[in-house]
Amino acid sequence: MIDEPFAHGSSIIHRIDPRFKAVFAGALSVATAVSYRFEALFFALGLSLLLVIAARLAMGLVIKKLMVVVGFLLLLWLVLPLTFEGEVFTRIGPVKITRPGLILSAQITLKSLSILMMFIALVTTASLVTLGHAMDRLGIPAKIVHLLLMSYRYIFVIEQEYRRLSRAAAVRGFTPGTNLHTYRTYAYLVGMIFVRAAERADQVYKAMRCRGFNGRFYCLAEFPAHRRNWIFAGLMTISLAVLVLLEFTNAAQVLT
Amino acid sequence: MNTDHPIICLNNISFSYPGADAPVLDQLDFDFYAGERTGLVAPNGSGKTTLFQIVMGLLKPDSGHIKIFGKTVSEEKDFVAVRPRIGLLFQDADDQLFSPTVLEDVAFGPLNLGKSKQEAVAISRRMLSSLGLEGFEDRITLKLSGGEKRLVALAAVLAMQPEVLLLDEPSAGLDEKTKEHLVGILKNLDISYIIVSHEFDFLAGLAESIYTLQNGKIVLDTELHLHEHVHAHTYGRQPHKHD
Ligand SMILES: Nc1ncnc2c1ncn2[C@@H]1O[C@H](COP(=O)(O)OP(=O)(O)O)[C@@H](O)[C@H]1O
Ligand SMILES: [Mg+2]
Repeated sequence: MIDEPFAHGSSIIHRIDPRFKAVFAGALSVATAVSYRFEALFFALGLSLLLVIAARLAMGLVIKKLMVVVGFLLLLWLVLPLTFEGEVFTRIGPVKITRPGLILSAQITLKSLSILMMFIALVTTASLVTLGHAMDRLGIPAKIVHLLLMSYRYIFVIEQEYRRLSRAAAVRGFTPGTNLHTYRTYAYLVGMIFVRAAERADQVYKAMRCRGFNGRFYCLAEFPAHRRNWIFAGLMTISLAVLVLLEFTNAAQVLT
Repeated sequence: MNTDHPIICLNNISFSYPGADAPVLDQLDFDFYAGERTGLVAPNGSGKTTLFQIVMGLLKPDSGHIKIFGKTVSEEKDFVAVRPRIGLLFQDADDQLFSPTVLEDVAFGPLNLGKSKQEAVAISRRMLSSLGLEGFEDRITLKLSGGEKRLVALAAVLAMQPEVLLLDEPSAGLDEKTKEHLVGILKNLDISYIIVSHEFDFLAGLAESIYTLQNGKIVLDTELHLHEHVHAHTYGRQPHKHD
């Protein structure tokens, strides 16, 4: 099931209008993704750390979420410096470690950690339902918003159906192994899930028609205006500007 | 209490699912009048859910014809016009509650009927509180218990202010307390209904007459009529006689 460990809280970040957070999470991560200069990337990392701290999230859990990409990043550090062509930085025995390889690995590491933390701080601090409503208010087509919200609504139901089916297999003595019987059973299970999901969709659509559904979706959520939203917007705009400046002007040279 | 015309009139309805060898409904006739409170008791798989879906125009019968509120309904557009006046409570509340939050779900029907957001919200809040669900507005539907889901689904149906209710096993899977609560709600509604249930005790206080489905036809359940008194016993779920 989708759990939303960061969605509820009372920090200042939690209290900011999710539309503002979503917009700046998007803008900041795009700016970070296209940056290469270390000044810009370290700034992004610092900013994202500040945001995570301001959201007062359980750090252990944040680190656990970051670990998902850390494994992938370690792999990059193992492969890129060895395989990337360019100026040799150092040699360990017969293997060359190239400078461009190291730089690229560092850039990717900084970018992915910063973007992930920005999303943790700004996007996952609202529930998916609230985010859906925020998307709706931002003018994202209602069909897409409802696709998201209904997926969220029914993934849990489908998971329960999966559990029921696999329990049914288990009580009849099915134990998974590496053999054809196991693969076939799983194929049936997955097939059944699709069949059930399609039937479910059919029933839900019928129920919607019973209540007069005519293709229109409605969104009832209201997002009251508050001064803090604009303060947040101001701060984030400044941060965004700094990030862009650091990337596009040769700040290091200006300073020296 | 009965007017001359039945509000639901099924005539010679036959229906079979594609690929099935026997029809689920076989030349079924049934009239339902305003003010009636009817129970429908029949074994699983005998076609109760199918029958409700045919009345709502969600399944198309192979033959026969349907009149609702005195008008013949056969095409989708005919059914679109009558659906808001008939509230179908689905057997599985998960089918019915598709919105992320309770308030949105209950307001969905009124909004589709052209109510403004304020009106729809007001109706929904009123409906929720009349079913004892105050404070449920912002609850996430998927996190409700089975009984809560059933009640919210009922609120969603009632928010459309229908004239007839079709309740498909409303008591299934509810604990005694929720069941009593539901009986209380239904008893106090000023509305005609057909209730499908396996539970005789549940129906006893709610239905004035009890029908069953036999070989694809609706028949008045004379066996159950033989003892229309409130009691609980092992064979309550099957038609039976007291010797
Ligand atoms: N979508 C379907 N496709 C094929 N057969 C179905 C479908 N739905 C129900 N049936 C079959 O039709 C019969 C009647 O089902 P249903 O109306 O759900 O019965 P009830 O509600 O009385 O338990 C059952 O034998 C069932 O297996
Ligand atoms: Mg049924």
